[in-house]
Amino acid sequence: MEGIKAILISGRTMIQGQNLDSKLSEDFNEVAVVCELHVQDMASLGVAPGEPVKVTTAFGSVVVKAKQDEGNPVGMVFIPMGPWANALVSGNTHGAGMPSYKGIAATVEKTTGPVLSVKELMRTYMG
Amino acid sequence: MAEVTDVVCSLCGCVCDDIVVEVENNAVTKVKRGACSVGKAKLLGHHRIKAPMMRVNGELKEISYDDAIKKAAEILAHARRPLLYGWSSTVCEADRVGVELAEYLGGVVDNTATVCHGPSVLAIQDVGLPSCTLGQIKNRADIIIYWGSNPTAAHANHMKRYSYISKGFWTAEGKKDKKMVVVDVRETKTSKMADVFVQVKPGGDYPVFSALRAILRGQAEIIPDEVGGVPKAKLLEVAEMMKKAKFGIIFFGMGVTHSRGRQNNIVNAIQLTRAAHLYGKWSIMPMRGHYNVTGFNQVCTWQTGFPYSVDFSRGYAWYNPGETSSTDLLARGEADAALIIASDPGAHFPGEALRHLAKIPTVMIDPFPNPTMEFADVVIPVAISGIECEGGVYRMDNVPLRLRKVIDTDYYIPDEKIVERIFDEVRAIKAKEGGV
Repeated sequence: MEGIKAILISGRTMIQGQNLDSKLSEDFNEVAVVCELHVQDMASLGVAPGEPVKVTTAFGSVVVKAKQDEGNPVGMVFIPMGPWANALVSGNTHGAGMPSYKGIAATVEKTTGPVLSVKELMRTYMG
Repeated sequence: MAEVTDVVCSLCGCVCDDIVVEVENNAVTKVKRGACSVGKAKLLGHHRIKAPMMRVNGELKEISYDDAIKKAAEILAHARRPLLYGWSSTVCEADRVGVELAEYLGGVVDNTATVCHGPSVLAIQDVGLPSCTLGQIKNRADIIIYWGSNPTAAHANHMKRYSYISKGFWTAEGKKDKKMVVVDVRETKTSKMADVFVQVKPGGDYPVFSALRAILRGQAEIIPDEVGGVPKAKLLEVAEMMKKAKFGIIFFGMGVTHSRGRQNNIVNAIQLTRAAHLYGKWSIMPMRGHYNVTGFNQVCTWQTGFPYSVDFSRGYAWYNPGETSSTDLLARGEADAALIIASDPGAHFPGEALRHLAKIPTVMIDPFPNPTMEFADVVIPVAISGIECEGGVYRMDNVPLRLRKVIDTDYYIPDEKIVERIFDEVRAIKAKEGGV
């Protein structure tokens, strides 16, 4: 399946905020492990809400669930701030101390999974 | 059942201080008024870390507070370049001890500003900050701009308490007396509430600030038909609104600090505020995230002269974000131990930095389990500031407030005491083994 090229941004969402202190919970897994896409981008990918998509940047790759959000312009995708978004972020701070959490060139493609839990994702950094 | 009033929220930079809760059997059973859904979730309680733990053969095993503190002190005392990171979801009293410990160790102390408003701090050091308190905004502001900020998701009470929806002394009719402009790359619940929504292209903030500055300074004719994805007509409309304000405020968030341009975006935003002074009173304020991220920057500045990312390895305070900031220190593979307190880099640092954090001995101090715990070698639970213990914090407008203790704990120890006890152990190790 051909993917789409997109600009990735990450940021706070209300439900993600409510689970700030319970990030190892199932709830957090549900709310932060999504990628919000415009309906047109979902159609291009042939994915339905809740189906897994693989988001890849020059710095990493994660599988998250597609979520429709009309607020995003076509070609812009949003992942709530958290471990899944940050797996795609560079450690280069361009001399300012601040990583580029927003405006990252990404590709999004349909996949068959699997979506990693927080713990599984953290383990990929070990060893 | 007892009612506790004037509870101060220890969640976000709004630090709402008018919360009313019910307490029964030493637990918060109901939040009656004042808190948003995020603050309420914290007050009503989450899973806690039940006891101190140490990693043995890859698994965390429960140990005593004394043993955990000793082990934490050993890790720090034997490190050559320890990173002491976090300090934003705790009180100033704990931060004070943390900065002193970092100096004693010759380590690096840094707070979460490094991944949120660090660029804002750099810009403020460069060009200053014409600002005010949230109280002034509530009572006076007639034009409110949220730029790269989504308060309905991140600071849910902000509009109600301090800005668009609040009723103030000179804005008694609430939002009827006010206009709200939202600048963002995408539509949000906040943008849908705005009188004017300005949709910029990702990374387009800098030229849009510049264009508005030029228009306010009488140079509208030099502006092309479109700037940063925004049509000229929209820029002229916003500039006209800004000219008419009696008291305007620009609140800005991660949309500008996380995007291309970083601190330069904020410098330009501050210069836009200055240009608006040709017409009326204008202020600008960062939407600070953690309830005491601002407080750490205050404390660290009192103690070292610098607000965050302070490196003591030279024997004096050295400040150079980009070199001494946590992400850089980790991504370069330099830190050889970490103390993580009142924050969660596991969830918020780039993967590249986490790969190194996962390799080095790490002490975690927090009331709650979080992704950082997966890397931690020693885990020390603490009392929840603002619920189980009190202390000083700084709201996003740099107004100091005191968190209240709402319920008792006979087990959990406050952050300040834990850091003090680790410090005592570190001194004892150094006295025995030599060193500092």
